[in-house]
Amino acid sequence: MDVLDLSRWQFGITTVYHFLFVPLTIGLSVLVAGLQTAWHRTGDPKYLRLTKFWGRLFLINFAMGVVTGIVQEFQFGMNWSDYSRFVGDVFGAPLAMEGLMAFFLESTFLGLWIFGWEKLPPKVHLATIWLAAIGTNMSAYFILAANSWMQHPVGYRLNPDTGRAELTDIWAVLTNSTTLATFPHVLFGAFITAGAFVAGVSAWQLLRKRHVELFRTSARMAMAVTVVASVGVAASGHWQAQIMTEQQPMKMAAAEALWEDETSAGFSVFAVGDVENGRNHINLQIPYGLSLLATNTLDGKVEGINDIQARYEKLYGPGDYTPVVGLAYWSFRLMIGFGVLAALLALGGLWLTRRGRVPANPWFHRIAIAGIALPFLANSLGWIFTEMGRQPWTVYGIMRTAAAVSPGVDVAEVAITLVGFTLLYAVLAAIEVRLLLKFIKIGPEQEPEAPAQTAAPALSY
Amino acid sequence: MELTTVWFLLIAVLWIGYFVLEGFDFGVGILLPVLSRDETDRKTVLATIGPVWDGNEVWLLVAGGATFAAFPEWYATLFSGFYLPLFLILVALILRGVAIEYRNKSDSTRGWDRTMFFGSLLPAFLWGVAFANIVRGVPLDARHEYTGTLFTLLNPYALLGGLATLVLFTLHGALFLALRTDGELRARAASLAVKLAVAALVVGGAFLALTQLTTGKPATWASAGLAAAGIAGALFATLRGRDGWAFTANALAIIAVTVTLFGNLWPNVMPALDPANSLTVANASSTPYTLTVMTWVAVIFTPIVLIYQGWTYWVFRRRLTRPVPEATPSQPTPPSTAPATGAV
Ligand code: HDD
Ligand code: HEM
Ligand code: HEM
Repeated sequence: MDVLDLSRWQFGITTVYHFLFVPLTIGLSVLVAGLQTAWHRTGDPKYLRLTKFWGRLFLINFAMGVVTGIVQEFQFGMNWSDYSRFVGDVFGAPLAMEGLMAFFLESTFLGLWIFGWEKLPPKVHLATIWLAAIGTNMSAYFILAANSWMQHPVGYRLNPDTGRAELTDIWAVLTNSTTLATFPHVLFGAFITAGAFVAGVSAWQLLRKRHVELFRTSARMAMAVTVVASVGVAASGHWQAQIMTEQQPMKMAAAEALWEDETSAGFSVFAVGDVENGRNHINLQIPYGLSLLATNTLDGKVEGINDIQARYEKLYGPGDYTPVVGLAYWSFRLMIGFGVLAALLALGGLWLTRRGRVPANPWFHRIAIAGIALPFLANSLGWIFTEMGRQPWTVYGIMRTAAAVSPGVDVAEVAITLVGFTLLYAVLAAIEVRLLLKFIKIGPEQEPEAPAQTAAPALSY
Repeated sequence: MELTTVWFLLIAVLWIGYFVLEGFDFGVGILLPVLSRDETDRKTVLATIGPVWDGNEVWLLVAGGATFAAFPEWYATLFSGFYLPLFLILVALILRGVAIEYRNKSDSTRGWDRTMFFGSLLPAFLWGVAFANIVRGVPLDARHEYTGTLFTLLNPYALLGGLATLVLFTLHGALFLALRTDGELRARAASLAVKLAVAALVVGGAFLALTQLTTGKPATWASAGLAAAGIAGALFATLRGRDGWAFTANALAIIAVTVTLFGNLWPNVMPALDPANSLTVANASSTPYTLTVMTWVAVIFTPIVLIYQGWTYWVFRRRLTRPVPEATPSQPTPPSTAPATGAV
């Protein structure tokens, strides 16, 4: 393995790892803020207990999101210095904005929220969790704007003298069509993640018949969130697919293992391909599905891999412009598949818990607990698809990944950090899971002795 | 003023913010096992930084992001060149972040305390090593790529710089603890601060003097002198029990040290041993358009950040005291240490 391969592995591992915590943070921050708002509005102590219970799990997760994010901030300089020199002018701007506008907001107000229960007036305290949640969501916007620029560069020019990309229109970068489609997709994905997590943990408690009323409430709330977010993720995903067909036709073709141009293309459900010869042995399809997904018409034309490869060779010179087709194909399908499963699970759960019911059969609970994994898998696969489907480009059409890597860093150094981060992250994952389990087992605090209806919900919490 | 100058200053300001704020976080982490006598002490010590450490660390993240946006070449050269030290810093920051957040949620706290200690010690030392090297100059080729090795960075001058920041930040932590705690803990912090202040004067003085004699400019003698005066002021104020003044004086000293380093750097951002290859504010910077956009963002948002972070310190301004054993029934949890344990 050379520096390039190792650097790619390192970026992939650290970033996918970071993104295990990110969606849960994004989704849970809003859910916890919602619960605290419900408590504030109704004064019902049930909501306070839920706020504190989910809030604690949220914080355990948040800490991991923060510490793994620090690595992300410096990785571009460490392993991708030529990339940084080339695009810093454009790419650095959203990154710096993220820090100044979003990270300060979320970190400062979360600190106030954690330690401010007794020190701040209830309304102000409620505002702190909302501000932290807003910061979290804003950070997603800016980083996705940065990433979208790599998928679809806009608002820049190439300076022929320095050979660098230069920003010409920040507004174009912040309103990139790719960003506008990706942002809702990632947010809805985050809400599915938080929804499945809350529902699964609630099911764990219900299975043990603990705090049944409390966790029935949070389970139903979470499953409703998952169902709504699933509709959103599908709609925004559809929009993304259309943009992608136009901006990165190769990624779409790879996602579908579509080798030749086709009109009225079907959506492939299962294929066994022959990459060497550029064709499929087996291909089960939903007729017209792909044309519909990609172009909104039944007979729209979708380009195939072999044709795009030929076209790109003319455009960019000789080279291999085809990503790993099998990987693109399966990651795309599994992302959707796991998402659909999570949505069905939530729908089923809502049905089974309707009108005060709690299913007696333990199997549903067990499935819901296992279902926590589904959105995490879908998220990781979504990113693997997006990033690997873009290869060989790091900035689509203008910079290849091979040209992006740090020239001054040697194999031993990258190997040290790759192994170092991977081991460290593995240990941290074990610690975090143990801690989550511990606090799930401890469960919510007991009912406050004096009911809270009296006066304002200021209390001595 | 040219925009590149503005951004050089802004990045200096971000590092100042980082060193002044996370400086005491590091110090508190280092002193955690030194000053605490029992579990209550340890909880109290950590509670002093609990609400603010993450916000403090964001100063570093923004310094990184702003360098990327304003001086991409600097960002690229610095972080790919100082590869392994940066890796160690990142590992340490990860470990101490997790330690702060997880310690009070775990059953075994010992391991976390040790993690916190080393996770604070290492970056407090390595940032000094890094900045000493930046100011002194490192081998760069014509493409601005770093050509040295790890051992190039571990030269005696840089190690002295590391020692200087280590002592200075530890002192800063001691002064912060003296300011934010009460009773015996405060007394121990104050008496340690006196010793640390003397050490900081010696080590920091030696480092600054060497810096001034090798790369110094006439103007930065003033800030170097101010740094020494700040530490001396912290020493005297501590001896008189004026914790607030002592902390302020030392914060001034840290500002003055950073100003000295950045002052000596200007107009370079990373001098090369062969001056022809040096990175300067001119050849490392982004285009005027990017700098203009970022200036607007910084002008609008930096004051807002300062206001709400300042407000946070105001909210948590009260000293943390040990819980009184005979707490009155109206106060089921002693409010003072509750932050360490009772919070969500
Ligand atoms: C869609 C959302 C998203 C994506 C794609 C990324 N992040 Fe992230 N990041 C977040 C969403 C987020 C967050 C939700 O805001 C986090 C996660 C948990 C948290 O504490 O904040 C966060 C934390 C976080 C932090 C710590 C902030 C703090 O101390 O409060 C940094 C420095 C980064 N991220 C940087 C990055 C970089 C450079 C990325 C690109 C490679 C990246 N993140 C991908
Ligand atoms: C958090 C979500 C993200 C995930 C899970 C993710 C995943 C990945 C993966 C798996 C790779 C390796 C691809 C390969 O080597 O073939 C990669 C590469 C890369 N990604 Fe992402 N990515 C994410 C976000 C981002 C963002 C937000 C940016 C930029 C702001 C970014 C920039 C890059 C760069 C520079 C590389 C290295 C060059 C390359 O291999 O293409 N990624 N990412
Ligand atoms: C009907 C269902 C879905 C469709 C049609 C869909 C479509 C897409 C498409 C086309 C992309 C690639 C965008 C690009 O590379 O430009 C993508 C990426 C992604 N998807 Fe999905 N998706 C679906 C479900 C899900 C679910 C359920 C999740 C997670 C819970 C998810 C998470 C992601 C993530 C994290 C990415 C990478 C970031 C991005 O580019 O937006 N997707 N999706």
